[in-house]
Amino acid sequence: MLEIKGLKVKLEDEDKQILKGVDLKVEAGKVHAIMGPNGSGKSTLSYVLSGRDGYEVTEGEATLGGEDLLELEAEERAALGLFLAFQYPVEIPGVGNMTFLRTAVNAQRKARGQEEMSAADFLKEIRAKAKTLKIDADMLKRPVNVGFSGGEKKRNEILQMAMLEPKMCILDETDSGLDVDAMKLVSDGVNALRDAGRGFLVITHYQRLLDHIKPDVVHIMANGRIVKTGGPELALEVEKNGYADILAEIA
Amino acid sequence: MSFLQQKQEATAELLDGVSVPAGAAWITSIRDTAMARVVDNGLPVRRDEYWKYTRPETLTAQDVVPAAPFDHGEAPMFDEIDRLKVVFVDGIFDADQSDALEGEGFSIECLSDIVNTDIHWAKDLYGQLEANGQNPVERPLAALNTALAEDGIIIRVTGKVSRPVNFIYKHEDDTSDAILHHVIKVEEGASFTLLENGPAAARFNKVLEVDVADNAEFHHVRAQGRDHERRAATHIFGRLGKESTFKSFTLTVNGVLTRNDCVLELTGDDAIAHVAGACVGDGDFHHDDTVFVTHDAVACESRQVFKKVLRNGATGVFQGKILVKPDAQKTDGYQISQSLLLDDDSQFLAKPELEIYADDVACSHGSTSGAIDEEGLFYLRARGVPKDIATDLMTLAFLAEAVEEIENGELADCILTRLEGWLERRRG
Ligand SMILES: Nc1ncnc2c1ncn2[C@@H]1O[C@H](COP(=O)(O)OP(=O)(O)OP(=O)(O)O)[C@@H](O)[C@H]1O
Ligand SMILES: [Mg+2]
Repeated sequence: MLEIKGLKVKLEDEDKQILKGVDLKVEAGKVHAIMGPNGSGKSTLSYVLSGRDGYEVTEGEATLGGEDLLELEAEERAALGLFLAFQYPVEIPGVGNMTFLRTAVNAQRKARGQEEMSAADFLKEIRAKAKTLKIDADMLKRPVNVGFSGGEKKRNEILQMAMLEPKMCILDETDSGLDVDAMKLVSDGVNALRDAGRGFLVITHYQRLLDHIKPDVVHIMANGRIVKTGGPELALEVEKNGYADILAEIA
Repeated sequence: MSFLQQKQEATAELLDGVSVPAGAAWITSIRDTAMARVVDNGLPVRRDEYWKYTRPETLTAQDVVPAAPFDHGEAPMFDEIDRLKVVFVDGIFDADQSDALEGEGFSIECLSDIVNTDIHWAKDLYGQLEANGQNPVERPLAALNTALAEDGIIIRVTGKVSRPVNFIYKHEDDTSDAILHHVIKVEEGASFTLLENGPAAARFNKVLEVDVADNAEFHHVRAQGRDHERRAATHIFGRLGKESTFKSFTLTVNGVLTRNDCVLELTGDDAIAHVAGACVGDGDFHHDDTVFVTHDAVACESRQVFKKVLRNGATGVFQGKILVKPDAQKTDGYQISQSLLLDDDSQFLAKPELEIYADDVACSHGSTSGAIDEEGLFYLRARGVPKDIATDLMTLAFLAEAVEEIENGELADCILTRLEGWLERRRG
């Protein structure tokens, strides 16, 4: 599904290398987790994959279902099935959550040559999905993320994911800011989407989330590289001992 | 030679061969006095304090710069609203295209008719608010309008009128030079809604004087025509009585030159005055909002909300002032002007001013100018919304804050729907 080879990325405006050769392959139907110290490049990887400006890929490649992601505009990557749940969801004053999501759903459908979703069908679907995530109707009407609490923003990301039904979901610290109950809701939302055709890349600092969303593979990222890959036990090790041992081991 | 003398000489030249039209004694006296104001103060020049950002030459020249009418092929603005239509073609009232000039709760007449009557109630108002509005900032184009206008609509409202009157300004002639002067008197406790739309002419000079009596309400929504080459200088002079309401909104899309002056005087306690504007400029577009709100009574509220979206070298100007007189305690004055610059070639020039002589007031003003929020844009694109649509969504959201100042939801929807349509059309 998602294949990253030798990806090196620097900032466009600055001579600062952030990703120093990332190799990663997420197969359809699998959940991969990435853990790693603050500033190791996890969010940068997610941004570069989704097409944010400001980065320069100096080497390597990234493909989704065989298609070169790095050549595409952000919206084209989305239409191809890539989704990023942001670490910091953006507030967009004046643009209604509902209008935004409907525009997004239909733009993706159009890009894929599918028929647009009718207003009625959309409404029905979003209401049902919002309900399972305990997002009330009022939040749907408000401008995108404006005045949402930290946890509400994260739930809103998952609602968007549920509506867009992407093939490859990247979740960047979706657990941060969530209370215990919301963590359960969000995890249930993610688990509901797990299927054979869909891949997940879950960036997190805590085992807690991985208790709910059970990963198949766990990677440790440090200083712009994946430095260790293992099974779910790797996350437990991090939880217990921190990164010191792992980093010492590879030094 | 002093600056004033220079202006007077230049004005004499510009007015060579121009004379006030014939009419009954009362209107002739008003027109002569107005002409004297023009001659004495001189027509505007670039050196005038409030013409620094906008070139007045094409507005004052004898000859009109030709402007081609633009056939946009859309239904006219406000078409979906039940209203009384009053049509002008190149600045001349067209009875055939207009509805019958009658309605419940108000009288409506043509200026061209009343100027021939010996006596008319409008004699105490016509040109009067304009004359008051010359102080402390001169508005010579408005005085010129009072002196020369031969057409316009005179309305006196005595009841609560819910069906709006719509002035529709059609533009057909490439070199038309239209001058219209309207007077609306909303009597105590009455209410009225005026809609205006259309480009009017190659060059348009318009004055609207509105007297809102105690407890009366006046609502105004206009969409200036979309002809690319048209030029317009418009003035609103409003006087507000006790507990009265005045709300005006203007949408401007296209037009090479637009100067909209709005001069409001709150003279009765607890009055409310809101002026708002949204404009979208692309390329050869210069749009100037010059607003002057004077608080001269206790506990009045005023709001100015102006939003401009500019691209491809378009220019936006905002000069807005709140003047609070010494006795206008408990004044609540607010002013915001913002521009969204879609590229580096466009510019927004703002001159926000507060002048406060009372001590117990709450006044605030702000002006911002910025590019589209890149973070927001990326967020939308990351969800699959193409860049141009994302830009339009954010543009519309930006303008909506001004459109929301329109109290009537149906009218606000008219404006928003059009804006949405135009943005969509531009995307192709
Ligand atoms: N636009 C930028 N300008 C300057 N430095 C940047 C920029 N983007 C990223 N960086 C730097 O790159 C490094 C990696 O940042 P990134 O946000 O990817 O880390 P992260 O692994 O997601 O960290 P965290 O766990 O704290 O979220 C950091 O040192 C960060 O300061
Ligand atoms: Mg991060």
